[in-house]
Amino acid sequence: MSALVLTNVVKNFGAAQIIRDVSLEVPAGERHAIIGPNGAGKSTLFNLISGAFPPTSGEILVNGQKASGAPPFQINRSGLSRSFQVTNIFHNMSVYENVRCATLWALGHRYVFWRFISGMKDVEQRTEEILDLIGLAAVRETPAGLLSYADQRALEIGVTIAGGAKVILLDEPTAGMSHHETERAVALIRKVTEGRTLVIVEHDMSVVFGLADRISVLVYGQIIASGTPAEIRANKKVKEAYLGEEAA
Amino acid sequence: MSRTSTLRTLAVWVAFAAVLLVLPMVFTSRTSLTVMNVMGIWMVFALAYNMLLGQSGMLSFGHAVYFGLGGYAAIHLIVAIKAQRLGIPVFAVPLVGFMAGMAAGALIGWFSCRRSGTPFAMISLGIGELVAAAGFMFVSVFGGEEGISGDRSAGPRIFGLTLGPQIHVFYFIAFWMFVSTLAMWAFTKTPLGRLANAVRDNPDRVAFIGYDPQRIRFLVFLISGGFAGLAGALSAVNFEIINPETLGAQGSGAVLLMTFIGGAGVFYGPIIGAAIITFMQSMLSDFTKVWQLYLGLLFVVMVLFAPFGIGGMVARILGAVKRGELAEKLPGWLLGTLGGLTAFFGAVMVIEMAYRIREGGRPFRAFGRDFVHTSPLNWLLAGIIVAAGIAIVTIAVRWRQRGTLGAALRFREVAP
Amino acid sequence: METIVFSTLNGVLYGLLLFMLSSGLTLIFSMMGVLNFAHASFYMLGAYFAYAIGATTGFWAAMLLAPILVAGVGALVERYGLRNVHRHGHVAELLFTFGIAFLIEEIVKLIWGRNPVPYSPPAVLQQPLFTLWGTQYPSFRVFMMIVAVLMFITLWLMLKKTRIGLIVQAALTHPHMVGHLGHNVPLVFMGVFAVGCGMAALAGVIGGALLVTDPAMALTLGPIVFVVVVVGGMGSLGGAFVASILIGLIQTFAVAVDASLSDLLARFGVMVSNRSDLGRITLAQVAPMLPFLLLVLVLIFRPRGLMGARES
Repeated sequence: MSALVLTNVVKNFGAAQIIRDVSLEVPAGERHAIIGPNGAGKSTLFNLISGAFPPTSGEILVNGQKASGAPPFQINRSGLSRSFQVTNIFHNMSVYENVRCATLWALGHRYVFWRFISGMKDVEQRTEEILDLIGLAAVRETPAGLLSYADQRALEIGVTIAGGAKVILLDEPTAGMSHHETERAVALIRKVTEGRTLVIVEHDMSVVFGLADRISVLVYGQIIASGTPAEIRANKKVKEAYLGEEAA
Repeated sequence: MSRTSTLRTLAVWVAFAAVLLVLPMVFTSRTSLTVMNVMGIWMVFALAYNMLLGQSGMLSFGHAVYFGLGGYAAIHLIVAIKAQRLGIPVFAVPLVGFMAGMAAGALIGWFSCRRSGTPFAMISLGIGELVAAAGFMFVSVFGGEEGISGDRSAGPRIFGLTLGPQIHVFYFIAFWMFVSTLAMWAFTKTPLGRLANAVRDNPDRVAFIGYDPQRIRFLVFLISGGFAGLAGALSAVNFEIINPETLGAQGSGAVLLMTFIGGAGVFYGPIIGAAIITFMQSMLSDFTKVWQLYLGLLFVVMVLFAPFGIGGMVARILGAVKRGELAEKLPGWLLGTLGGLTAFFGAVMVIEMAYRIREGGRPFRAFGRDFVHTSPLNWLLAGIIVAAGIAIVTIAVRWRQRGTLGAALRFREVAP
Repeated sequence: METIVFSTLNGVLYGLLLFMLSSGLTLIFSMMGVLNFAHASFYMLGAYFAYAIGATTGFWAAMLLAPILVAGVGALVERYGLRNVHRHGHVAELLFTFGIAFLIEEIVKLIWGRNPVPYSPPAVLQQPLFTLWGTQYPSFRVFMMIVAVLMFITLWLMLKKTRIGLIVQAALTHPHMVGHLGHNVPLVFMGVFAVGCGMAALAGVIGGALLVTDPAMALTLGPIVFVVVVVGGMGSLGGAFVASILIGLIQTFAVAVDASLSDLLARFGVMVSNRSDLGRITLAQVAPMLPFLLLVLVLIFRPRGLMGARES
């Protein structure tokens, strides 16, 4: 079963058509990158998939369940979790608390108010695992808002994966990072998405070509090409529309 | 939670219970009992309110609705206990207040919790006005202007409390206050309590970790309404009367002031706020007719300069003690406090003299001196005192920013 | 017929008064994102200032001076208060303006006392203007309508035809961009806040003389103005106008139609005893509740308000 299927998805904002008839299929376990010039609609596409707003027409399936038109939390419950381009965490809460809150739903604790959270061993264990994974165990008590930028980005990924979703959407996870930080981030992404499906929007081509199994190129709201990194590199249309533009 | 911290938490609660038990033996007078009873009621109400304001980031201008409805449910039950000879002890009436507050919260929260931030605040204000107006209209339920009164000493007894004398009422309120505080504290340690914080910080993100932020707000609203209703029931038992004014804007405003001044950011903040403001209300109103003006002034100054409230200050001091920084920070804090008090005294002079322009009466007296409002010298003096106080505060703030007192005294910041 | 004409006149009049307040509130809200809780307090200050100044200069000078003074107070509140709490977010801003409202009420009580002050329109405007069906219509009411309409025309012209108006309009939607273009956005904010407060004060100069000038006047009108803003759709001037007139008409008609609820319900075939609470209440008694009922209904069926752009 495909992890993510988009069929003829269209999104209009007023008169402007931002996403024009996008169809895409990502098989389970694939690392799929979406690239394209600024304003191509990559973030909009993520917002549609994750339920930030509904598509104007077309259908989106996440793990076989209909996601188009569903609210974000419903889509999250069908096993899709996303990160944000602009860091989007709980600033006044500690690092530990950030991750802990993100584990709760998936572990079946829902809106519980009759049990202490500290007594939930599964929550504690999962939270510790994630903290180790993202390398923030040492700063667990620090309020998230006081972390360094790179650490906040790592926490963003931690919050995204804490629920154990099978499909992970990462929106420019290395944006604004130094070369060294980017390397660390890529290693982290590789590690945390093992055995999961990853869809990533990224501007850094070395990250994209190093990480992705397949790449889709989005230009003006349309996917003009989809294929392996080698195929994309060789694709003439892509060179014209995208890589060519960068070279110019 | 580690074993030592569990023990420490337990010790705090035991100490809290012990203080409650001993208080009426220390403050034995009738007046202090009356004041302490009112304090207890407001503490529960303010804690309930802070579940919204401090923990979930929901600003309500109409929380007295749930307080009042809980109180009405309680008074009707008390009346029924006497009239129908029901076998329900008045001691258990707060539970009914809880349920009434929660039911009202369910009904109103169903549509008001769809919105957050400013719209939620405006809606709560509108609902508050609506319910208060309805309260005066439906006389058979709310008793019109006179309200409804009952007799708390009817019905079976629990713990041998007849609830007749004030001291019985004290232990009745203390019991429910302790239980509610414990329950509300425990709530903050549950998944829903933690998620409420997450909704406060970033509701949009909550939706992407599997939770419906509206549902979280609604559930917190229900529980907060319940405890507000319980506080209302305590009030009904304490005063044996409740009228539609209880539902109105005044109560809603008062609980907001208490919670904020006490400190919405820490759990015990509202307890401090309720204690201080109830105390001010009962004591200051004997000294000055314009004590509400002082309250408003205190509130505005705190919103501007100390949004963490008194509880936040306490937390900072405790934190400094824990980290061993108290000796380093204390002089600056003391200087700031001195400046604040000076400026406040100047403001008191201005206000008290201004009050006497219209009302006359005995001149304002402080430190063994009369300050007559007709003398311009006194106004000048008041102005100088305010300015001096503000100057001292400024120096204290700069001391913290620039590191040394010498640097703080310079007008311009010198690059290190 | 008589009732209908008079109620319509008075309803529109009351609606215009509401709009004089809600337009300033909406302007400030859509620009700064702050719902000024103290807005009705500035309305009250306008009435009291006009009363105090009018005692020496007469009504006409006071009508000009009071709004200017209140605008000055508003500018100070923005500059030394609101601007500082801005970084703590909207809830802090709302709390601050709530505190200011509380403080203004107490200061008014301190200076002018708790009882209403004898503030009334000048003798010229107290004469009846025309007589309909034997009932005289006071000229002050017509004067109020003229002032309100003039104020809106001035506001509209300022927004549409002047350079400052253009900057304000741009800053409404793109404050950062306007800032980068070299305009002093904080100054624009302060100006808008001051003008909004001045408009509220002008409403107070008239509303105080028309109704009553006492320390409770802010608390009486304030919540209704907020209802207008929420019902109209937060940040929409057109919505605020429609909601103002709507609420003005609803309230005046409810007062004018002297029917009890039982009469009304009987028309729909619901019989309620005249003895019961529900049956005894007259529509006039329900009138103060109607704006808030409207609020609830709008929230349930149209959460973004009558003309609100988005739901958030």
